[in-house]
Amino acid sequence: MTESKTTTAPKPTTVEVRVPSRMGFEKVAMSTAASVAKLMGFRDDRIEDLKTAVAEACINAIEHGNRLNEKLSVGVVMSAGADALEVKVMDEGKGMKTQPGIQNKPDIDRKMRGEEDSRGMGMFLIQALMDEVEWVAGDEVNSSYVRLVIRLDKDAE
Amino acid sequence: MQNETKARVEQLTSPAGHPVAVLRFEGDIASTSKDAVIGTYQALPKASTPLVLLDFTKVDYINSSGIALVIQLLIEASNSGQKVCAFGLSAHFSKVFTMVGIPKYAGLFPTQAEALAAL
Repeated sequence: MTESKTTTAPKPTTVEVRVPSRMGFEKVAMSTAASVAKLMGFRDDRIEDLKTAVAEACINAIEHGNRLNEKLSVGVVMSAGADALEVKVMDEGKGMKTQPGIQNKPDIDRKMRGEEDSRGMGMFLIQALMDEVEWVAGDEVNSSYVRLVIRLDKDAE
Repeated sequence: MQNETKARVEQLTSPAGHPVAVLRFEGDIASTSKDAVIGTYQALPKASTPLVLLDFTKVDYINSSGIALVIQLLIEASNSGQKVCAFGLSAHFSKVFTMVGIPKYAGLFPTQAEALAAL
């Protein structure tokens, strides 16, 4: 008889936070994500990248997804795997139905000339600081969410 | 939830002998910081303040709305012919400011002494 051995990846450890749609509460999600990343062994500079990305994703969910409606909340699910941390930031609103898409690098010259809004850099920062970003538009049943992935660099961490 | 932004102004003289206004920020720089960032800057007498330093030494959190306020300040300073430099940013926020192109319009320096020397 041949013994077969099935190897399965360990189940990710999950941490969930739910914050109200009020500016400032993105810092609660940001701090929690930083704590999880610290426990996983991420370098300090990568944790800073994650903090900014999570904060900006929450701000987008609060401002654009939930349209600052304090009756709605933002869910943040952090899944710590063996070599990466995935963070899903979900809104409950019906405001964003189109995917923001790839945001180009802000053009500081155009901003300085008033030809481009001085705001609107959140998605760019998220994309630039994370290893993987996916934005999923919601519908009548499902909420929209952004999924961020930051990978542990085994050699450098 | 956000740490209120505090700002105070200190008048210094550059090594070259020019008057310098230093805006010292404390707390978070976010969408709620408009009065502290733009209001404090606009209260400076423009004609007698050709050089402006932004001190971020006591700022722990800056989000994209806060960066937008800094850019608004730089637009007003550029229109008034003022030179602006910043110092005291963490390594992370120096990187973020660089990613969005701010050093083209405001030099970033680790310390006040280095920023003053560059003016």
